[in-house]
Amino acid sequence: MPDVQALVNDFLNKLKKRKIEGSQATAKQTAELLRSVISQQRVPYTNQAGALIDSVRAIGEQLIAANPIELAVGNIVRRVLHIIREEDLSLTTAAVTELNLSTISDDDDDDGGGNQDDHPVLSAAAVAAAARSSLRPPSLQMLLEGAPEFVAVPRSSSSGGDSEGKSKSMDRNSRTRKLKHDVIEAVNELIQDITTCHELIAEQAVEHIHQNEVILTLGSSKTVLEFLCAAKEKKRSFRVFVAEGAPRYQGHLLAKELAARGLQTTVITDSAVFAMISRVNMVIVGSHAVMANGGVIAPVGMNMVALAAQKHAVPFVVLAGIHKLCPLYPHNPEVLLNELRSPSELLDFGEFSDCLDFGSGDGSPLLHVVNPTFDYVPPKVVSLFITDTGGHNPSYMYRLIADYYSADDLVVQRRHSAVN
Amino acid sequence: MDPRRPPRTVPDPKVRHVGFFAPGADAPPPPDRSNSAPPDPLSSSPPAAAHLTPPGTSISPVMIPPPRHSAAPLSPRRRDSFIVGSYSGKRFLDVGSPTASTASATDDWALPTSADSAWVGDTVGAGASSLPPVGSAAMIAKGLASSVPATAGLTAVSNVHRSAGVSGKPSGAASKVQGDKPKQSKPLKEKTTKAERRALQEAQRAAKAAAKGVGGKASVHMSEVVLASDVESVEVPKAHFQRNDIAAVNEKKVIDRQLEKDRKKDVPQPRMQYDDKSRVEKAKKRAVLKQTEARNRVELFRHLPQYERGTLLPDLQSRFFQLDPVHPAISKVGFQYLSGDISGSNARCIAMLQAIREAIIDYSVPPGKALVRDLTSKIGSYVSFLIECRPLSISMGNAIRYLKNRIAKLPLTLSESEAKATVVADIDRFIHDKIILADKMIVKHAVTKIRDGDVLLTYGSSSVVEMILLHAHELGKQFRVVVVDSRPKLEGQLLLRKLVGKGLSCTYTHINAISYIMHEVSRVFLGASSVLSNGTVYSRVGTACVAMVAHTFHVPVMVCCETYKFHERVQLDSICSNELGDPDVICKVRGRDEINFLDGWTNGNNLQLLNLIYDATPSDYVSMIITDYGMVPPTSVPVIVREYRKEQLWI
Repeated sequence: MPDVQALVNDFLNKLKKRKIEGSQATAKQTAELLRSVISQQRVPYTNQAGALIDSVRAIGEQLIAANPIELAVGNIVRRVLHIIREEDLSLTTAAVTELNLSTISDDDDDDGGGNQDDHPVLSAAAVAAAARSSLRPPSLQMLLEGAPEFVAVPRSSSSGGDSEGKSKSMDRNSRTRKLKHDVIEAVNELIQDITTCHELIAEQAVEHIHQNEVILTLGSSKTVLEFLCAAKEKKRSFRVFVAEGAPRYQGHLLAKELAARGLQTTVITDSAVFAMISRVNMVIVGSHAVMANGGVIAPVGMNMVALAAQKHAVPFVVLAGIHKLCPLYPHNPEVLLNELRSPSELLDFGEFSDCLDFGSGDGSPLLHVVNPTFDYVPPKVVSLFITDTGGHNPSYMYRLIADYYSADDLVVQRRHSAVN
Repeated sequence: MDPRRPPRTVPDPKVRHVGFFAPGADAPPPPDRSNSAPPDPLSSSPPAAAHLTPPGTSISPVMIPPPRHSAAPLSPRRRDSFIVGSYSGKRFLDVGSPTASTASATDDWALPTSADSAWVGDTVGAGASSLPPVGSAAMIAKGLASSVPATAGLTAVSNVHRSAGVSGKPSGAASKVQGDKPKQSKPLKEKTTKAERRALQEAQRAAKAAAKGVGGKASVHMSEVVLASDVESVEVPKAHFQRNDIAAVNEKKVIDRQLEKDRKKDVPQPRMQYDDKSRVEKAKKRAVLKQTEARNRVELFRHLPQYERGTLLPDLQSRFFQLDPVHPAISKVGFQYLSGDISGSNARCIAMLQAIREAIIDYSVPPGKALVRDLTSKIGSYVSFLIECRPLSISMGNAIRYLKNRIAKLPLTLSESEAKATVVADIDRFIHDKIILADKMIVKHAVTKIRDGDVLLTYGSSSVVEMILLHAHELGKQFRVVVVDSRPKLEGQLLLRKLVGKGLSCTYTHINAISYIMHEVSRVFLGASSVLSNGTVYSRVGTACVAMVAHTFHVPVMVCCETYKFHERVQLDSICSNELGDPDVICKVRGRDEINFLDGWTNGNNLQLLNLIYDATPSDYVSMIITDYGMVPPTSVPVIVREYRKEQLWI
């Protein structure tokens, strides 16, 4: 699959050179790349899911290493892995119920781990399905009567034992194709979700923005733009303060867009955020990524805004598409999940060229210029997350994340690090 | 009359140690009255020797002057009343008893005082700045009052004074006023306004000044006359004559009332609100400059003035030679304010004072006018011109108040050149004592807070902070400076250039990165445009953000501010009072031509740009305020405001 490799390399280059702006574009392109990877992947006769997972994981590793700050890449890789697992599982459970297949031998197999086994996926999936149904909380009736829940796991007697082998192999052939097909379908759905997350989030705007409110935002985010415009289209009239968001000044762009769509917009400098926040009803901002603890990686300056909002008890609302949810817990995020940009955005090199630290290493430099890209906003100052699935508390984020990622994939580089 | 203490210019503040101490002074010096009393910057050792100065001779870093009451016996106010009282012989009734409504005031007291206030009211009503007329009025009144029978009714006496009060003004006003007088005199008692009370006080001051200048005899006459309305219409003056103890008690009460009034006078005037249409119209008529309202204004800031910058400067320049009432030095400073060449409240204040000084040197009293009155109104017109160029900073307001106060208190006996020399010397002294020496004191205090290995953060470009950093560097302290900057002025780059030029190791960043950089910072030094009496620090916009983040990261925030910038006003947010800068500078980013999204922003109706100049930092975020009086917590600001005001009034 040379063309896939070319695609991957191209994408890697783009990531390394930071050519792709914004987590949504990154997420979408990552998903598209993985889709083509999956479709090109030749699936072995047995253990197709395992093969798919391995190949996706291998590429995912490279992608993440190319730009570790862009958490959306890792998120999408994990999502795709999760999709493969889920599809596989649903296929097997479907097979289980269809064939009414439940043998003791299958149950035994799973202890062995079964990579070398004939039908490990099937057995593991069956166990997983069984475990899942057993995880289902007992009904109130059961709790009341104290009845032992034997019924929970459906174990019918093996009536069709004779035809088992034959039907299994037939089914496996169809499933090989079906799995890949289903996975690609699901990835397509994921891409669809990523592209439409704005609309889903924006739909909730009217529930949060009311007449005559004053909204403050910093920098520019497509999600925020759509969100505000959706409220505007519902005939809500409100005003927006846009902090310009140095050093990228994307706020100017956002302000222009908002004004063009008929919203009363005021551009303020970033330094005036504290002064203005006392007259603001709500702070609505976009984000770069949302961590599992509910902390937010956001454009630089956001922590200042969040603290000011907290001081004045103004709700601090973060809009995040589901692709921004990262299943990792941050450690020292200000440094480790941050990136320093060029000093030229802040200072004119010409004027300060004699004293700037160019890393030449001659003596101690007199002047450092620090220009970070991101801020970490701790969960305690965030009032609400609005995702495409609705509004959530910061403390609920970990649970939401558990719905989208499987625990096995949290550390994509696991095998890699084990080798090293 | 018992011998008084020799008059002292400043009441002795007691020394108390509260809160912060300089690490240099391990054993805090005993409160040495003679040494530490007036925070006299002149006698203080030079900052270079700050930490070498033995504790006994250095001024302690914290000095809380004593409360007003303990200082009262020495206060000139008291002395004033004593002088008048003694000169007027057995007349115990003090000049300073204008308020009628005290518990001890009997009915027959109440009558004359109401007359008194009526008289005062009229003086003010005539628009006089009260000093010169009082003198002449008093003389005339003396003659008239003696002809009026002592038992004459209230109206008669007050009439006398009324006409006397007006007599400073040309012609016929007196008769006209007399006509409608009787109806008004009563109600005026209740309606003693602030202006009236102030006028009365100034009258007293004039009397005192005259008493000193002209000599004993004249002052006896004067005070007699001034007292005439109080005493002569009282039915039973004799009863009081012998009872000196009662007199003393009364006197005490009178003083208390005086203090009370002083305090009320301290309440600042409400500022002009620019959303008040009629007043704006009025102001426009007086304006020298032709100002056009900016378009696309932010609704929230209607109450602040905002004009088109683009047209203002060329307009002003083209009419440079026609600006009739404005002295060239003043208009030059005005241009510099307008174009932003001079910024920073210290620099602006010094520039303004020096321009006024120049204008005073060139000033000559027009014939037929009194120097004090004319000069005051002249300065008033200069100031209003400067306000048109750019709204005054609080420090400038304070300086002008000081200046007007000094002029108002000029002795009448001085010749024109002497008076001018006095005022010029006053201005020089203000610049020297209140700004230059105060800065040195602040530097001296602040360097004690810098240790080796510190990482100091500062925001924008504050002249005091710059001095502190450079001085600490000269002392050989090893530290690093983080300069935080913000758009649109990027003043931090100026500071950065100076610091780097002196060899300090610096880190430069913008305000959005403040949470990133705050991890490594150990102290924050901030300048201030003003400190308000609720502890709010009014400073360059963004200061509040820096202080807030520092507070969150548990980094001490030190605000460096000279005492002359303190103000008794209170403020809770940055919106009620602020200054709006030119909005156009927001849409262009210096050195980043690709950011041009907002070009032509005035075309649409939906888009506004807001360029705030100041913001208010809540006192919670301020660990300490370093002033020329020492290092104090924000809660001590009202104390300093009060004591400073007193000192300033009675220098």
